[in-house]
Amino acid sequence: MYTLIKGGTVLNPPGGLFKKMDILIQEGVITEIAPGIERETAQVIDASNLLVVPGLVDPHVHLREPGGEGKETIRSGCASAAAGGYTSVACMPNTRPVMDNRLIVEHVKSTAAREGVVRVYPIGAITRGSLGEELAEMGLMVQQGIVAVSDDGQPVDSASIMLSAMQYAAMFDLPVISHCEERSLAQGGSMHYGLQSTLLGVKGIPDAAEAVMASRDILLAELAGARLHIAHVSSAKTVDFIKMARAKGLKVTAEVTPHHLILTDEDIDGFDTSFKMNPPLRSREDRSALREALRDGTIDMIATDHAPHSILDKDVEFEEAPFGVVGLETALPLVFTELVEPGILTLEQAVFALSCSPARFLGIEGGSIQVGVQADLTLINPKAEKVVDKNTFYSKGKNTPFHGRKVRGLPVMTLVGGRVVMKDGLVKGA
Amino acid sequence: MHCKGNSLYANASMEDRSFMGKDLLGIRHVKKENIEKILMKAGSYKQADLEKKIPSPLLQGKTVVNLFFEPSTRTRMSFEKAAANLGGTVMNFDRLTSSVQKGETLVDTVKTIESLGVEGIILRHSLAGAPQVAGRAVKIPVINGGDGCHEHPTQALLDIFTIHERKGGTAGLKVLFVGDVLHSRVARSNLWGLLKLGAEVTVVGPLTLLPPGLKEMGVKVSTDLDSCLEEAEVIYMLRLQMERQKRGYFPSIGEYKKYFGLTGERVKRISPFAVIMHPGPVVPGIEMDQSVMEDSRCLVQEQVKNGVFVRMAVLELWIAGEVN
Repeated sequence: MYTLIKGGTVLNPPGGLFKKMDILIQEGVITEIAPGIERETAQVIDASNLLVVPGLVDPHVHLREPGGEGKETIRSGCASAAAGGYTSVACMPNTRPVMDNRLIVEHVKSTAAREGVVRVYPIGAITRGSLGEELAEMGLMVQQGIVAVSDDGQPVDSASIMLSAMQYAAMFDLPVISHCEERSLAQGGSMHYGLQSTLLGVKGIPDAAEAVMASRDILLAELAGARLHIAHVSSAKTVDFIKMARAKGLKVTAEVTPHHLILTDEDIDGFDTSFKMNPPLRSREDRSALREALRDGTIDMIATDHAPHSILDKDVEFEEAPFGVVGLETALPLVFTELVEPGILTLEQAVFALSCSPARFLGIEGGSIQVGVQADLTLINPKAEKVVDKNTFYSKGKNTPFHGRKVRGLPVMTLVGGRVVMKDGLVKGA
Repeated sequence: MHCKGNSLYANASMEDRSFMGKDLLGIRHVKKENIEKILMKAGSYKQADLEKKIPSPLLQGKTVVNLFFEPSTRTRMSFEKAAANLGGTVMNFDRLTSSVQKGETLVDTVKTIESLGVEGIILRHSLAGAPQVAGRAVKIPVINGGDGCHEHPTQALLDIFTIHERKGGTAGLKVLFVGDVLHSRVARSNLWGLLKLGAEVTVVGPLTLLPPGLKEMGVKVSTDLDSCLEEAEVIYMLRLQMERQKRGYFPSIGEYKKYFGLTGERVKRISPFAVIMHPGPVVPGIEMDQSVMEDSRCLVQEQVKNGVFVRMAVLELWIAGEVN
């Protein structure tokens, strides 16, 4: 069984191909990359005028299952990923119950294998119940296949527990993903602390709430010799600390979301809860610093922090609404339209940040196009345009701040292990 | 008394409701000319009252609901009186005996109220933006009666009305707000209104109770009350919530009073033409001394009185006519 992708412009960052090539896939694996491949028995996919990139990898999504199936399921979250051009997602453990033991990891993996159209890599909790008190059974969860640990959604308040967690995780070379938030500064806040929060009369979350915790965790990672990954960086001050850590040669990586790269707190108008997420949208200066940090590599990758909520959950007073926005089905076109087209990122930098870099960080398959690897591929039509319409999302969550925005550069096909899971926006079996 | 700016009552014209929006959510999004129009109408209602004329029953056959999720004395009663003056019926909502206790959401509550067939909702809520949520959920007008730390538009309108009445205008007028600006919806609505009307606004308070970005709004910021008092033409004392002390915003009531209280001693230094205001309720001895309350320059009761006329104007403009 052969599949032949013909005539596409193949990108394989960093520094890899950037030319027209055909790709031959046999039994889900790439077996040949060359111009003008002919194979009579192959199923041919015409990729002329399309970009062929390594399938996108999202290191930070919330699939909500088990326990939050009203907001998202593994099935709907995976369909949403495929629709957005993603072939792999790493899912956060803040499910109910919390994914803090091997049984839930196994449950998520087997459900994903059965019902998901993309690859799902569970992230285990750092502490039991993500309560920040006792270490979760990391080793047993590693055996079951977790790729990192995180208490995402909650900070680990105690520095001493965090230090233990990092030391323990270092035994397995397991990255610790930190949701950086100094709770006493952030508590009760719903948006960035600044002029906009003053105007709306909403309690603000200062940028220092993030940067204080990032600096603490960087110091602890140095002490523990551990791998630290800073989730959803939102502020210029945090970027400064990551730079310092890098300069010291520490094993610190970081991610940024499309919404923090594109929006600011000035976009929160009329108390629209689709603009409420944690960390919050920050100032223009912060946004500039995030863009620059992604460009110069201080921030390694783009993560959506896909956080679906039901309409009922979000149709409440701003301060009562849960944090979070969906992102899987808008990330690629938004990055393409808002960052690549204006020249803030090159196309290769964007693909690197959306695929290669997170794949390397998670230590998973994918993120490259070469002979012998699984054919996880995304085909992009750089000319295709649409208006973002939340009602067409495969995700159960319609909570996007980008509804109605015109975007260009759409994923038109997603292949996972050589199998077409999305074609022209339609996800197979969903 | 000296006169500033244009008289508001000079140019009464027929109102055009369509450009005022369905809801009155805050002063931030009300145009200057609409603020002036409301003040003008309130002025006519006050004038008519002085002449013992009975206002036209513009709300006859109409019902408004006072949907108050937070305790309130003056705002709720003021709206009730205003509606009654215009011949309308007011229904009061009691949070404690309502389905809210059973977990009903704000959206469901306002939709239920709309289904009863009422003509408008006056909403008081502890969370910022609640009137926006309510306004989006229903077709009838929603009037913000104070939302969290966001806005309290009718309070600002009655304050500005009172200032106009006493000072003749607001253009170039030096207005000083004292105290907890951070948690004050009254301050926010007043800042918007006064800035739009050309006043020079200064806020003074401990840095822990001043929110970020005030200078960008065009407001002067100070932490030294004594240096601001002499030139102030309006001194607006904001209410201090005692529980703030526990949250670490200031060390003690005594220390707060020493730096930011309007004491009898301080009042000696303010201009004889200045006026002193407070949104109420006043707890004597904290923001200001009892002797200050009794000072002829203190307009607290005048504010309450004017509140009814201003709210009549608001009810007329937003509710009496056809819904936009």
